[in-house]
Amino acid sequence: MSGLKQTALGMVAFFILLMVVFWFEPTRTTQLGFDGVGMQVTDTVERMEDRAAGNVPPPALPLTKSGDLSVNAYKNVQVLGHLSTGEFVGMMNSITAWVSPQQGCAYCHVDGDLASDALYTKVVSRRMLQMTMHINEDLKSHVKETGVTCWTCHRGEPVPRYIWHEEAPQDVLAASLGYNAEQNRFNGDNGTSLPRTAFEQFLLGDTSIRVQTNTALPGENHSSIKQTEWTYSLMMHFSRSLGVNCTYCHNSRAWENWSESPATRATAWHGIRMVRHLNNEWLAPLTDVFPPNRLGPNGDGPKLNCATCHQGAYKPLMGKSMLPDFPPLARAMPQPPRTAPAAPAPASPAAGGP
Amino acid sequence: MALLSFERRYRVRGGTLVGGDLFDFWFGPFYVGFFGVTTIFFAVVGTALLLWGAALGPTWNPWLINIAPPPIEYGLGFAPLREGGIWQLVTVCALGAFFSWALRQAEIARKLGMGYHIAFAYGVAVFAYFTLVVIRPVMLGAWGHAFPYGIFSHLDWVSNVGYQYLHFHYNPAHMIAVSFFFTTTLALALHGGLILSATNPQKGETVKGAEYEDTFFRDHIGYSIGALGIHRLGLLLALSAGFFSAVCIIISGPYWTKGWPEWWGWWLNLPIWS
Repeated sequence: MSGLKQTALGMVAFFILLMVVFWFEPTRTTQLGFDGVGMQVTDTVERMEDRAAGNVPPPALPLTKSGDLSVNAYKNVQVLGHLSTGEFVGMMNSITAWVSPQQGCAYCHVDGDLASDALYTKVVSRRMLQMTMHINEDLKSHVKETGVTCWTCHRGEPVPRYIWHEEAPQDVLAASLGYNAEQNRFNGDNGTSLPRTAFEQFLLGDTSIRVQTNTALPGENHSSIKQTEWTYSLMMHFSRSLGVNCTYCHNSRAWENWSESPATRATAWHGIRMVRHLNNEWLAPLTDVFPPNRLGPNGDGPKLNCATCHQGAYKPLMGKSMLPDFPPLARAMPQPPRTAPAAPAPASPAAGGP
Repeated sequence: MALLSFERRYRVRGGTLVGGDLFDFWFGPFYVGFFGVTTIFFAVVGTALLLWGAALGPTWNPWLINIAPPPIEYGLGFAPLREGGIWQLVTVCALGAFFSWALRQAEIARKLGMGYHIAFAYGVAVFAYFTLVVIRPVMLGAWGHAFPYGIFSHLDWVSNVGYQYLHFHYNPAHMIAVSFFFTTTLALALHGGLILSATNPQKGETVKGAEYEDTFFRDHIGYSIGALGIHRLGLLLALSAGFFSAVCIIISGPYWTKGWPEWWGWWLNLPIWS
């Protein structure tokens, strides 16, 4: 064997050894379908442990039933008036810990006048509180009994990390030199160059998501490439947001076939409708409440997608429900009439509000 | 098949790898040898196991018969026969038969004083199978990662495993393997075309030789690889196709668990523009 051959073989062997030893990462797999057909989610042990560690609910502050009804104890209480002041203050402190731990009460409340609605953040947070109750009560087709709390999206940040705005149209002059069709550039949301307007189509509008032909021969399928890429862009968003692959919801031998799909696909179907409903009925109406710096390039307010709650986990917070500790968030309650003149608020920094 | 004139001279004992003179004889036109016996043994047992598995299954439709590997939960342990145990035994038989076949090729080449190119070439195909059913499942920690034995079911496996990585065409080794597969067929088509064109001259012309073949490609693309070279090239292209196929599946899982489109983030992160 010549020296050159030996050197080449040695280099190849060394490269393989390097790869085997240094790049190998132990993995763990969850089987999702029938044996041997490759329906499974595999991830590295390290990433799974990081995900589990990063998706733990914070320790719950106790809600103690004590004192008068808060509708009587405080002014301008519109949503949580049925709670005792003890529960109410516990709830307010929890929301502060979930949403504005750095900024404190003053992020939503005017210092010295806790009842005031002068700050836009207070108006938004009251609406978000109602939205949380609405989700937990009426949208169980997606959130089941696990439900959501402020923490599910906020995770200690006043503005949830994963929100979206409508894509700005391309500059007219630039478009005349080369129309980008809102795609073919890096789409940071899903790590591809697929269209950046998929959320507008499916999570705001109700464009048909079904672009595949269900028959052996093409037949009458008039879906365009653009429509198809919208669908794939949304699907890539699903994958990235939940940390899963296509087989988490589909058997790829027949994508459209419900009877061969895992049950997770039905949950996702309801999820699309939930997000669309929330964006249109709950977030879009708040557009005028937001200051300009919270609006997108088209003047639209922040909106939800899958990542807003899921944040890389197939079940937000790995399926741990926070509702048992916070029953007031589980459903909207009729507000009792105010029966007492407003008493001076107890000297708690967090009292007052929604 | 007629015995060629020189064969009788080479049909002598010796040169076996294992077994000495025990199976060193011919059965009709076929050399038997120790590895011929083991090939037959494993092939018969494996086929019988497949038939048994099919008999336990719900159908005799050849498209739908399915011998599935164990569920993932069994890890790298033995599984009950009906829950992948048959698949495990079939895999042992298949590997036994394939390795025996390769060694029989090597033995025949030894007896004839030839190189081991045929055994090596066949060995690359066996390596690809070994990668799918042994190396990758062991690295991922469960036999359930291997593909099922069934015409439709193994296609379902291919499809779903591809979609575990969102878009398998972005797998760099898959790209290389596919390019080699296409290049192999191109090279074979050009070679076949050249040989047939030289041996089927126009009316009134004589059959052309190697100098015509070389001249055609020198006129055409400025270079002729030559009569021996084209076979070296063909072997390299074909083996590379199989080898990179094995690489593309071994890196999917043990070395990369996310979508393959995302792997190309390194391009966006190059220091030139990031």
